[in-house]
Amino acid sequence: MGAGNHQTPGLMKPKADMSVVDRILNGEIRAAARLIRDIEDGRPVAREALKTLYTSSGQAFVIGITGPPGAGKSSLADKLIEAFRGQGKKVAVVAVDPTSPFSGGAILGDRIRMNRHASDDGVFIRSMGTRGHLGGLSAATSDAVTVLDAMGWDIILVETVGVGQDEVEIVRTAHTSLVVMVPGMGDDIQAIKAGILEIANIFVVNKADRPDTDRTVRDLENLLDMNLPSEDEWRPPVVRTVALRQDGISELMEKIQEHRNYLLSSGRLARFEEEKSAQRFAELLKEGLFRQVHDRIQHEDRLKGILEAIVNKELDPYTAVDRILEEKLK
Amino acid sequence: MSERKLRLLVAKPGLDGHDRGAKIVARSFRDAGFEVIYTGLRQTPEQIVNTAIQEDVDAVSLSILSGAHNTLFPRVIELLREKDAADIPVFGGGIIPEEDIAGLKAAGVLAVFTPGTSTEEINRWVRETIRPRD
Repeated sequence: MGAGNHQTPGLMKPKADMSVVDRILNGEIRAAARLIRDIEDGRPVAREALKTLYTSSGQAFVIGITGPPGAGKSSLADKLIEAFRGQGKKVAVVAVDPTSPFSGGAILGDRIRMNRHASDDGVFIRSMGTRGHLGGLSAATSDAVTVLDAMGWDIILVETVGVGQDEVEIVRTAHTSLVVMVPGMGDDIQAIKAGILEIANIFVVNKADRPDTDRTVRDLENLLDMNLPSEDEWRPPVVRTVALRQDGISELMEKIQEHRNYLLSSGRLARFEEEKSAQRFAELLKEGLFRQVHDRIQHEDRLKGILEAIVNKELDPYTAVDRILEEKLK
Repeated sequence: MSERKLRLLVAKPGLDGHDRGAKIVARSFRDAGFEVIYTGLRQTPEQIVNTAIQEDVDAVSLSILSGAHNTLFPRVIELLREKDAADIPVFGGGIIPEEDIAGLKAAGVLAVFTPGTSTEEINRWVRETIRPRD
């Protein structure tokens, strides 16, 4: 987790003659904040900077926090920031909230629960709107994590939107994923297990001072027992917390450390990096090829004709694509 | 190239007891298509300025009901300057007497909206005045 070759974020003064990348590697908050904005807004300059920053990333430990709305994800993040700060670690947070599909606007309010850390130079918090992206994160989230990682933050917390079912993306972004639940969801656990069992490395039953806590914990444990892991596999622990009262936070920190140790000792960390790299490469290749081909047929003013032929059933979309791709390969 | 989305910080410095006005403004900004970062009650000027920088906002809007506006507005502007972020404009509103407005504007506050201002009016002003920083 150490980042010895990096400057402490926030301590360096800006220098006008430095490139964006140098300023970020130098720990300059404004430069990093701006680059994350450029990534979100799809600016070409961001892509250039990422090319360099990517090779400097890979030091940070990334923890995902997901779970239904109101489960207490932000409050838990707040306590985890405090606990990691207590260990002397520098902590960055990326918190994703939904963008309104009607106006395109968003109220990003995850900071409300963590903003006491805003005056701590060892903490960086960034809010993001989903901007139409499904899967619990925004399209820019993993690149933002790369920027913060390269910058030298030891711990990066990623808080998802909180729909509770469709958040598989966090698994490819975070080394350790926490799924936060609240008591009283007993029957619902059955309904959502398909999405959730695969995501969680650690289950957190927050608000564990509520009456249904024992049942929720038992239901989760039963579910996990049915999913018997092979001998070397990690069985997700179930941790009870009351984030607002600080209860259970030190146990949660222990479990996070245990999972990290497991990733290192089992070789899972290497596999995680392989899968993440393959995924990112495929995504970028897909995006790039699509843009290239699409731009070309649009530039040659053929898109309209092709679409008309498909509408009129003179051409089917499968043949249309095959032909375009054959041209492309020639 | 895709267009920049406007990002605004809605913040409440000082000891105000409620944030209904700030929430109404935040919601109308969202409905106007802006991204609003909302931090909740009782923020220090330091927290507000650090938040503005980390979130890369295009403007900071402060809501103040406590009567401490003559101290809090200038303090936020001063801190932005200290942190090389004077390019982030500050505007705001709340229970602010007419006679204080000229002084606040002289201190660098771009606009002051008092009770009775419609959210449409504020949105129109934001659209005309605040540009995504490039």
